[in-house]
Amino acid sequence: MSLAKITSLTGRGVFVPGNDIDTDRIIPARYLKCVTFDGLGAFLFQDVRKNDDGTDKPHPLNDPRFAGATILLSGANFGCGSSREHAPQAIQKHGFKAVVAEGFAEIFYGNCVTLGLPCASASREDIAKIAAAIETHPETEIVLDVAKQEIRFAGQTVKAAVRDSARDALVNGRWDPIGELLEGLPAVQTTAAKFPYLAA
Amino acid sequence: MTDPKSLFQKVWDAHTVRTLANGQTQLLIGTHLIHEVTSPQAFGMMRDLGLKVLRPDRTFATVDHIVPTDQFAEPFRDPVAQEMMDELRKNCARFGITFFDRASGKQGIVHIVGPEQGITQPGTTIACGDSHTSTHGAFGAIAFGIGTTQIRDVLATQTMALGQLKVRRITVNGALRPGVYAKDVILHLIRTLGVNGGTGFAYEYGGEVFDRMTMEERMTVCNMSIEGGARAGYVNPDETTFAYLKGRPYAPKGAAWDAAVARWRATASDPGCHYDDVVTIAAADIAPTVTWGINPGQGVAITERIPDPATASTVDEKASVEEALAYMKLTPGAAIKGTKINVAFLGSCTNGRLGDFQEVARYLPGHRVAPGVKAIAVPGSQIVALQCQQLGLDQIFRDAGFEWREAGCSMCLAMNPDKLVGDQLCASSSNRNFKGRQGSPTGRTLLMSPVMVAAAAVTGAVADAREVFGVKN
Ligand code: SF4
Repeated sequence: MSLAKITSLTGRGVFVPGNDIDTDRIIPARYLKCVTFDGLGAFLFQDVRKNDDGTDKPHPLNDPRFAGATILLSGANFGCGSSREHAPQAIQKHGFKAVVAEGFAEIFYGNCVTLGLPCASASREDIAKIAAAIETHPETEIVLDVAKQEIRFAGQTVKAAVRDSARDALVNGRWDPIGELLEGLPAVQTTAAKFPYLAA
Repeated sequence: MTDPKSLFQKVWDAHTVRTLANGQTQLLIGTHLIHEVTSPQAFGMMRDLGLKVLRPDRTFATVDHIVPTDQFAEPFRDPVAQEMMDELRKNCARFGITFFDRASGKQGIVHIVGPEQGITQPGTTIACGDSHTSTHGAFGAIAFGIGTTQIRDVLATQTMALGQLKVRRITVNGALRPGVYAKDVILHLIRTLGVNGGTGFAYEYGGEVFDRMTMEERMTVCNMSIEGGARAGYVNPDETTFAYLKGRPYAPKGAAWDAAVARWRATASDPGCHYDDVVTIAAADIAPTVTWGINPGQGVAITERIPDPATASTVDEKASVEEALAYMKLTPGAAIKGTKINVAFLGSCTNGRLGDFQEVARYLPGHRVAPGVKAIAVPGSQIVALQCQQLGLDQIFRDAGFEWREAGCSMCLAMNPDKLVGDQLCASSSNRNFKGRQGSPTGRTLLMSPVMVAAAAVTGAVADAREVFGVKN
């Protein structure tokens, strides 16, 4: 399997403020009833974006100025809560190519990387700077350089940390580990043979 | 003499297949548990890639999230739920996976079924596409909640790619005060260490309090490790663990049992092993705890007041208290005790086991659910339901005005017909109080122990179970 090498991404951004945005917020549990991930993007942030009658609530993702943004910016501990991959899937299917936040919940982070959706951590001040730039100029081009771990926008450069293992996986096009895991099958059999509970 | 090692390190090392190019470990997963919500997409990916299940004999399925608790016959009223059910049946049949379907009498919440069947064993690795997989750590297993793509990885290779974790030892010494339960221990720990205090860690729970706990109580604590941000949580196996497992359907038998116990004993953390962090808590400091906010760390002792954002120490804290109180429609600085409730929910993988219902049933006789409160009791598995019936507990709950339901996740989350309506306030024995978690986008959840849920149910408001029931455990 050959996967895209994700070294750098360029696009417009949208800032969804708040800390501890959990996976139930990202995609409410009632949308998890599905047997495929197709179509999940439409329900991203549903409960904070839509009223019960389907009309829009004020939310950055409903703001036409940020339509077509591919880089999602947010606060601390983004993606906490459930391990459901529906959350990164909804983000990706909505059209986002990367998430930039102050920090991320563990499982969410791993799930994103496996989908080839980079997560970069930046300081609150730097995220605020980017948010301010896109607030005044929504068309601002943002470059998330995964390899160099930096974000460039409006003539500024700020640090954006991508964990070593994730960066390696993204940059070298091995973010979906299935190929490598399958290659290890002979070693899997040897390891399994050591355990009585795994005797076939 | 080799260096002393923690249980985590021993299990990790033994199950390491190799190091991957990105530095992560290809980790052998001994036991794979699947359910209807997160597996169909993984099976879809398997089909797309032409892969087959490597170890159907180490993969076990049940159905829990979407099952209605008031309807046994199929088709379900909800066609999507039925579709998910059918999909799981089809995938299990196709790949030869054991499915504890409802007709088997062994169906239930995945984190209750594994231990109940004796599938969950010490020194093993377990994965399940569900964040509360940490529950299985109660047996001294290293158990990970995983995403759908990782489910595919485990189905196809019985391994997954994972970075090494650090280990934090959490010791709780002394004796819990009367009316303080395992649920309070974990709510207190999360409140103390924070909802992301465990990031990058596996939690090892130990000390006198854990030594004395039943397996069910250990499961309650390990269950919520994830709510504290930890990737896994475990208790070292001991005589209590072995006694629980003995005779269970999937537990080793005869000579194999003795050999297994010897191996299991050896997987416990060695004295003097290295921990990356150590936290010590005095049991006497733990009170019956109730959450007031929108994450499990936002809790107070039943005798305390709801925080006031005006007294918050940081800007962040102020903002998060304000956001939580606005959503919860609670008054800053008011006593949590006396907060009126609309719904009481007993059940879930945190507190839906036999011991939970037994403990509540000790106190229920002579009490009635308060007028206007909807109270439901939902056994976590068909076996728990049967045990409760055999002991006459279901009748005690019914007599007190609870609805007694069939096994499932029920009102823990909004994927089956059990849901909050509007901004109803629910006293809940489950594990998550996130916005909208219980099915209504404005529904509100207060997490607490089962006995505290019962006290709220019979008084119609958040109450101190020690006063309502004279709890003296
Ligand atoms: S009871 Fe709740 S937390 Fe447990 S598996 Fe079911 S939905 Fe998840």
